[in-house]
Amino acid sequence: MTPHVTPGDSSVVRFEDVSLHFGDTVALDHVSFEMHAGETFVLLGAAGSGKTQLLKVAVGLVQADSGKVSLFGQEITHLREQDLFDIRVKVGILFQEGGLFDSLTIAENVAYPLTNPRILQHAQSSPNGNGSTRSVEDRVRESLRFVELEETLDKFPNELSGGMRRRVGIARAVVAAPALLLYDSPTAGLDPITANTIIALILKERDLRNTATIMVTHRYQDGHLMANFRYNPNSGKTERVERNGKDISQVTTKFLVMNAGRLVFEGSESELQASQDPYVRKFVREGGA
Amino acid sequence: MLDGLKSPIEAFQEFVLLSFRAIRNIFRTPHYADDIFMQMDVIGVGSLFIVSLIGLFSGIVMALQMARALTTYGAQGQVGQIVAITLVRELGPVLTAVLVAGRNASGIASELGSMKVTEQIDAMRALGTDPIQKLVTPRLIATAFVLPLLTIISDFIGLAGGYFIASTMLGLTFSEYWTTAWQALEYNDLAQGLLKPFVFAIIIALVGCFYGMRTSGGTQGVGRATTRAVVSSSVWIFVLTAFITYVWNRVFVKQ
Repeated sequence: MTPHVTPGDSSVVRFEDVSLHFGDTVALDHVSFEMHAGETFVLLGAAGSGKTQLLKVAVGLVQADSGKVSLFGQEITHLREQDLFDIRVKVGILFQEGGLFDSLTIAENVAYPLTNPRILQHAQSSPNGNGSTRSVEDRVRESLRFVELEETLDKFPNELSGGMRRRVGIARAVVAAPALLLYDSPTAGLDPITANTIIALILKERDLRNTATIMVTHRYQDGHLMANFRYNPNSGKTERVERNGKDISQVTTKFLVMNAGRLVFEGSESELQASQDPYVRKFVREGGA
Repeated sequence: MLDGLKSPIEAFQEFVLLSFRAIRNIFRTPHYADDIFMQMDVIGVGSLFIVSLIGLFSGIVMALQMARALTTYGAQGQVGQIVAITLVRELGPVLTAVLVAGRNASGIASELGSMKVTEQIDAMRALGTDPIQKLVTPRLIATAFVLPLLTIISDFIGLAGGYFIASTMLGLTFSEYWTTAWQALEYNDLAQGLLKPFVFAIIIALVGCFYGMRTSGGTQGVGRATTRAVVSSSVWIFVLTAFITYVWNRVFVKQ
């Protein structure tokens, strides 16, 4: 499985009738969807609607109670943790709380995925990783340069601001050139300017490496940016996608809306804007786009 | 009625499962030697001073109490014997373990608990590291190794404290005290006195890790996990010492 595949070519994540309960609380209620390589999914929903759990189930951090979950075409629902490690090497995750290791420096944090021989091997063989066998230090520097935080190498996570920690989280998520990236509320709790910086980084990663991306957010604005902007490697800037008759952006960006564990909407941005569902409308209206 | 039992039974099942995995990982690669040594430093060297201090005073108190009782029978010469037996068999292991439980079961639970609520444990799993292998097993090995050593030190310093009272208040000579103390101890007592801290260490490390790993509910949850870890490991230490003493007396001591 190579990450460089055209959209629609292969299944990256597939949920078939997946349910998850914590005691009496329903976290996921018969959720089904399929995502292909090169696609971007924006997952909207109120707090507690099950967005984070959906991401965790997708990589097997939480086991679903029923239904089938497949990652890169392989069913992971009943895999043992040891076997899951082999599949997770192709996935980068930015956790809502950052998930940076307090006891390690920024450089060690970003290098952490590469200390795992399986992940390092994947990074070296992946076309996204430029196919070279560069040293771990080079990769860490490159990844931190990507998020424009190269000067923080020897600092500890608690010395950085919230936005910087989020960026380091992105650097760690992308360091091994994963084929699938999951972002859990990357802009939560950040001021609008920092939030836009984060989205710009996510766009840059997506468009430079053509990474399949699932972004969980409660801000419609984030999704709007994902659907309508792209990173231009020539100018080094993010720019609005030209819509020359054909709506190219929305071919690959899909919106999902969750409410109380159920998937209540799945479709393009224009379909989202046209939706009459009051819960869905709430997100579009609040986004103001 | 049955619903009320569900959650403690589930918790016990989780605890047994965690213990099983942690122990199984001792025999599996990868081994995190750095983490083991770091934990030995934190738990062993870090507790040395307080354990010595408590050992000293428990020896002093034992000698003071026994001196009064023994003088009544004119048997104050036996103070070394009594201090040695009570310290090595019971007080040394239990007091040391309770102290280490207060210091390190709480430390482990709060550290792992904070890692849990800030998704560091999930991140570890996502990045292909088994958190039980990386976090629980090193703490288990380190505690099981250092607690018996701490207990030996505490026992010895306690005996020295007993000697201080015996010589200053009862006028015993060095050899009078240490000879009776030495002769009172049998291999049986030493074995019992070393088995106990080994068992307690396993309880302290596993209970601390267990409550840390199942922390939920933010920083408040970390506080709760810490308290539970200390309370439950301390209770288990006392329950187990009673149990071990009972079984030991039945099996190894000729009536």
